[in-house]
Amino acid sequence: MTPHFLTRSLDRAATAFVLLVAAVGVLIPLSNLLLPQGSMFQVPTYLVALWGKYVCYAILALSIDLIWGYCGILSLGHGAFFALGGYAMGMYLMRQIGSRGVYGNPILPDFMVFLNWDKLPWYWYGFDKFWVAALMVLLVPGLLAFCFGWLAFRSRVTGVYLSIITQAMTYALLLAFFRNDFGFGGNNGLTDFKDILGFNVQAEGTRAALFLLSCLALIIAFLICRAIVTSKLGKVLIAVRDAESRTRFLGYRVESYKLFVFTLSACMAGVAGALYVPQVGIINPSEFAPGNSIEAVIWVAVGGRGTLIGAALGAVVVNYAKTFFTSGPLAPYWLFMLGALFILVTLLLPKGIVGTFNSWWETRRSAALAADRASAAREDGVGAPNPAE
Amino acid sequence: MFAICIDRFRTLFLSILLLSCLAVPALAGPFEDSVAKFANDEFSDTEAAIGEVAASGNALASPIIGALQDGRLSADPDSKKVFITQADGKIIDAATGAAVDKLPDSAAAVRLNNRLRRTVEAALGGLTLLSPDPGKRLAAAQSVFKSHEENLLPTVEGALAKESVKSIKQAFAEARAAIILFKPDASDSDKLDAVAVVKARGDQEAQALLTGLGDQPPLVAKAAATAVTSIQSNLAMWSMVQNAWYGLSLGSVLLLAAIGLAITFGVMGVINMAHGEMVMLGAYTTFVVQEVIRTRYPALFDYSLLIAVPLAFLVAGLIGVVIERTIIRFLYGRPLETLLATWGLSLVLQQAVRTAFGPTNREVGNPSWMSGAFELGQITITYNRLWILCFTLAVFAILLAMLRYTALGLEMRAVTQNRRMAASMGIATSRVDALTFGLGSGIAGIAGVALSQIDNVSPNLGQSYIIDSFMVVVFGGVGNLWGTLVGAFTLGIANKFLEPMAGAVLGKIAILVLIILFIQKRPRGLFALKGRAVEA
Repeated sequence: MTPHFLTRSLDRAATAFVLLVAAVGVLIPLSNLLLPQGSMFQVPTYLVALWGKYVCYAILALSIDLIWGYCGILSLGHGAFFALGGYAMGMYLMRQIGSRGVYGNPILPDFMVFLNWDKLPWYWYGFDKFWVAALMVLLVPGLLAFCFGWLAFRSRVTGVYLSIITQAMTYALLLAFFRNDFGFGGNNGLTDFKDILGFNVQAEGTRAALFLLSCLALIIAFLICRAIVTSKLGKVLIAVRDAESRTRFLGYRVESYKLFVFTLSACMAGVAGALYVPQVGIINPSEFAPGNSIEAVIWVAVGGRGTLIGAALGAVVVNYAKTFFTSGPLAPYWLFMLGALFILVTLLLPKGIVGTFNSWWETRRSAALAADRASAAREDGVGAPNPAE
Repeated sequence: MFAICIDRFRTLFLSILLLSCLAVPALAGPFEDSVAKFANDEFSDTEAAIGEVAASGNALASPIIGALQDGRLSADPDSKKVFITQADGKIIDAATGAAVDKLPDSAAAVRLNNRLRRTVEAALGGLTLLSPDPGKRLAAAQSVFKSHEENLLPTVEGALAKESVKSIKQAFAEARAAIILFKPDASDSDKLDAVAVVKARGDQEAQALLTGLGDQPPLVAKAAATAVTSIQSNLAMWSMVQNAWYGLSLGSVLLLAAIGLAITFGVMGVINMAHGEMVMLGAYTTFVVQEVIRTRYPALFDYSLLIAVPLAFLVAGLIGVVIERTIIRFLYGRPLETLLATWGLSLVLQQAVRTAFGPTNREVGNPSWMSGAFELGQITITYNRLWILCFTLAVFAILLAMLRYTALGLEMRAVTQNRRMAASMGIATSRVDALTFGLGSGIAGIAGVALSQIDNVSPNLGQSYIIDSFMVVVFGGVGNLWGTLVGAFTLGIANKFLEPMAGAVLGKIAILVLIILFIQKRPRGLFALKGRAVEA
């Protein structure tokens, strides 16, 4: 069913990951909807929303791993693309409220009525149609990333300089979205959503469907990333990561490769944001905060940079830990733990969980192979191959 | 709680006592009659009362009109009594000066409208024009300049003749000119002289006065119009100067925050995201020093900053050396990982301070030599901003001298230019790295002392500077202190000139966008180090 180029790249671990996500995506909603309330195996609705959030973060982490793990571009502003996708979806959801808002204006969202605006700003046109919003979810982050990357990569801004200006980008957007006259709800952002495609966003069925869709999006994003990194294009990206100048001297147009993955990754982040907003129920400018983007990078580092599966895993693990600790009596210490995580992972576990596991597995397997070969050789009664034979 | 109860009882007791005394009506004289007019709650009566009280020469006249101006004058329409609530909360009877314990329930503040407010100002001006206190005389002259009340002319002229302080004499002359300009029967030549005097004053109020002249002889009107144009261009010039000053001030703050970063980033190529937290630690050191001084040696308060500067340098510098030895030295050659680890470190430091000192802003006081302001032409310069500018330049100069003339400076420059060559020549690069990081952190700590004077001391203090500091360093060019200086002042001034046009937030966004675009053009900053390295 899936196109050949997507399935071709699957090895055993990747297949297992896809199956796991698919199983989670089907089982959690089913258990939420079909099993009776209070049953041991029934997943409460709030957990469905929470795990839906984790899955969206996993997609964001995947998009960061694609550019950082395979192309060496450390973006500290990926949260901006995530938030822009979220805002595009939020605008659609705002328009769906219609006259059910507090002020009952059929066209204008509440905050515009509150600001005494008499008509919709031009950039809100069309957002009452889902397909327009869905297009914008891809287009807006993609376009921003394309322009930004085109300027940055062409003039060979690399390494920490690039990281810092991506951070400046998201900071500038943060300041801009905080402004009321910018037309996106200012400080409060967009919230109070009612329906999506005619279904109530609060309803259990809608939440289950959104969760399933998020898992599906994660699988598709994973397959796309996997297809890219195992293709010839992926080899060039790794070459760019490891020795950019040499790759350029070999005749590759490094900036085109970088621009392609950067834009693609921004679109993925946008989709993640768009799925995130209806499940969380709000989008506000704090999503642009530079701290968020850096936190997303640490998910990737924890899980394992350049492993894709690790990125998704890292996002879920770190966020699960965050939920667990910030809701308990240990809440004041969460920042200590997060900070220590940053330090310890970079110092002691530079390959992340999955990367470390992979290399351990590799050494074990090659050791076992070597042992096999040695014992086989002993059984033959010769220490070394004999060239005379 | 208990104290409040006692207070209540005492108040009750005293008011009973007082009420029994007041049963005998006070003897009414002309002054008392005038004062009683305040209680009629008619604007015309109030106006008459102001005039009569001001003319009475009574010692209470000035307090009454002052209280009227501040809304502290209340009148009881039933008993026709008028009361002054003094600045310290005590209440006196306006007609007699006798202390009163409590305002009657029916008493209400005497109301003013805009016209009366001018009358009040003029009356106060007249009352205080001859005050022995020079500050009051100056204020009176200013208020007469604004109100140009015609009947005050003889008083002003008398005061002008007697005045010996030059600046106050000037103010009297301006007040006189203002009165003459509005006096219908003044001669043309007098009025022309007056226009010249007002024009020389050259500020917003002079402009307002001259534009609001109304009907004037053609010669005077023409002179006034030229004066207004000249004042306007003068004011525009001063507003430029003011923007430039604000820009310099902001630039000095940026420079102070970025200078330490320029060293660590420039020499070691280390992105220290915890740099802002070093600034914060410096600010908290200042707080602790001031707390100790406040509780133990209050007399030393004015020297608190002088004590805090070396301490902050030591605290932040030592922590910097520890960080370098325990974390950063394992990450050399991996700049992106350094960035993440130091970000984590910044979270830990912030949370540590939050745990130790609480999440709210802590109060850090200004020593007396840093508070206050002075006027330079049409702009006001606050001492703390001025001191910070001087301090920043001093730190910068010391740092430059250190890099230029000391052995450590020489070694640092060598390592910046070519690490491997420096190592080959016998420089212990790892020791230089540790000291450099300590130095950069220590300077951030010093910056914290200065910033505690103009910013809130909270655990988030550092975060608000980190992005700006990086912008400055990247804009100015890595590894070049002069670049950082130029970068900081350029950004500061550009920001302040954009602000009036675009508003504070949009101005900032514009600056960020401009820097992003600028880096495209010059990826290594304004003053890039020249080198052969292809992969930096």
